[in-house]
Amino acid sequence: MRTLCFGLIARRVLCLCAVVAGVSPAAAFAQPAGGAPPQTATPAPTAAPAQPSAAGSNVFNPDISVIANFVAAAGKNPNASERSLQLREVELSFRSVVDTYARADFFLAASPEGVEIEEGYITFTSLPASLLLKAGKMRAQFGKVNTLHTHAMPSADRPLVTQNLVGGEEGISDSGLSLSRLIQNPLAFLEVTGEVFSGDSLVFQSDRRSRLNYGGRLRAYRDLTESANLDLGGSVAWGPTDLGPGANRRLIGVDATFRYRPLRRAIYRRFQARTELVWSRQDVPGATAARAFGLYGLAEYQFARRWYLGGRLDRSARVQDPDLRDSGASVVLSFWPSEFSQLRGQYRHTRYGEGRRAHEVLFQLSFGIGAHGAHVF
Amino acid sequence: MKIFLASVCAGAALLAVPVDRVLATAAPLRIVTTTEDLASIAREIGGDAVTVDAVARGYQDPHFVEAKPSFILKFSRADLLIVVGRELEIGWLPPLITSSRNARIQVGATGFLDPSANVKILELPTGQLTRAMGDVHPSGNPHYWLDPGNGRLIAASIRDRLTTLDRTNQATYAQRFADFDRRLADAEKRWDAAMQPYKGTRVVTYHRSWPNFTDRFGLDVIGYVEPKPGVPPSPAHTLRLITEMKRQQVKVIIIEPYFDAKTPRQIAAQTGAQVLTLAPSVGGMPGVDDYLKLFDFNINQLVAALAKVGT
Repeated sequence: MRTLCFGLIARRVLCLCAVVAGVSPAAAFAQPAGGAPPQTATPAPTAAPAQPSAAGSNVFNPDISVIANFVAAAGKNPNASERSLQLREVELSFRSVVDTYARADFFLAASPEGVEIEEGYITFTSLPASLLLKAGKMRAQFGKVNTLHTHAMPSADRPLVTQNLVGGEEGISDSGLSLSRLIQNPLAFLEVTGEVFSGDSLVFQSDRRSRLNYGGRLRAYRDLTESANLDLGGSVAWGPTDLGPGANRRLIGVDATFRYRPLRRAIYRRFQARTELVWSRQDVPGATAARAFGLYGLAEYQFARRWYLGGRLDRSARVQDPDLRDSGASVVLSFWPSEFSQLRGQYRHTRYGEGRRAHEVLFQLSFGIGAHGAHVF
Repeated sequence: MKIFLASVCAGAALLAVPVDRVLATAAPLRIVTTTEDLASIAREIGGDAVTVDAVARGYQDPHFVEAKPSFILKFSRADLLIVVGRELEIGWLPPLITSSRNARIQVGATGFLDPSANVKILELPTGQLTRAMGDVHPSGNPHYWLDPGNGRLIAASIRDRLTTLDRTNQATYAQRFADFDRRLADAEKRWDAAMQPYKGTRVVTYHRSWPNFTDRFGLDVIGYVEPKPGVPPSPAHTLRLITEMKRQQVKVIIIEPYFDAKTPRQIAAQTGAQVLTLAPSVGGMPGVDDYLKLFDFNINQLVAALAKVGT
């Protein structure tokens, strides 16, 4: 996926735990106050220090950006309700350092359904023992896709397995706590994350304070060479559902990503292959457990400075009716005029479990203004 | 709820783990820098009292480094983080700092050093800025290390910060700075003498990476292969540039090793100019192993090229 950018403006949502986290305001890069002893040998600058003047209180304002996601759809799909032309979402983000100990990131999403807090959390960056704590509303660290906002996806839509088993566009996004820790070792980057949420998402629903949604993730990353790397993860999530007293769901996910990006030609060439597998089990007292499985595999290749070609294969059962299995395939062509806008065309073929087929063409235009965010890795 | 309480207990247990290290006096200070230029200067000043690790390689575009988790590990152990600043690393550094879980190197901490506040910065924008101007840096051109005078100022900042963090080696840092300062001054005389005959020579560069270098050594940049910073070459702009180069008799096009040389070569073929790949950073080209060699290499390449084209 194009790390270049949108990630840029885009999300560090991913972040937090994984690799990413927020973005410090440019002003925060200012030279810290001295403390060093005077050095008589220090030559004077040949020009006046050129730090921009931080006049007034604006210097403490958060970084603000706005990203729009416009999607056009053509072709027939009896199972989808997407409109022909739609400004699906406008995301406003506010990001800044809170104080010496933390930073905050807010993402508000305005869509035809209304305005909601997509994410809003504080990240404590100065905890001991290699710990990182987030508190607020956030996307759960379940696999890769669930952590990504729509405009950071390498396609105009989300994989079938995400839509069928992991809450679709919104995913597992809830109020809670996320604590992650680096496990220092000589072999690889190893990060373990534990999360607890209130149970108020599209996947988990709680009717009592004592019934919470829990999650965990173990991520291992290793550089194979300076240009190639392997990123592996295992995720679990479990919690109550609203299908009846005692009803609950359990999710297990495994993901693997291979990336190749030759450093000398990093702005021209890139390859990424990724797969995610998700197992779901839904238990409702008095009924047989419903087990469903789904996966996707995608590959994306940057063949010119601003062009990407990708493809994705989907297969997923449905959580309520595991006997119905949907499958699909997509081809995606993306063009980035700059780091702040992106045009994408996607052909999508879907074969639904009921036997119906859909052939569609999606066109996506994403564009952002405001602060330069961090690239998604 | 039991599981929640168990999670809280587990968290508390993790907190009880001994903190990494709090600047043990005997162990070398662990320095991480964003670029190899800063790493080279830090080695000059720190010597054996420090270990130095750079994130970006000299032959990659420093604007587009990936925030790899392996870098988070380096950041997590660092006692001092030195950055170029001026938003050069805006696309990848902030997530690394946040995810490092290292209070010592957070922005504003003593272990975070941005030397750009004390150097000569060029191309500070005036008037209204918009992204229609391309990838502009609101805080001025961040490629300031390409002026050896700024290298000296960076070294002084590093010396001061190392002294703050590790007073026991204050004399070492002061002595090593004085030695670096002397060798740099000697080299500057050599470089100035070599470039003296070519002062005022007109050149074209690919990206706006070189203003501090060309300003310091008296070259006149009359145009860029990029129509605007960060915008790939367009046919219309290339034609205009060819016309202007012919009009002004420009015979050298300076490019960075991470850009595609196809368009510069096409321009060169039309204008009779020479495409010269210079090292924008330490490690940018073979043999450019430290900060002094960075200028040795670039000056030698330039002088040879300018002599060849008879400018």
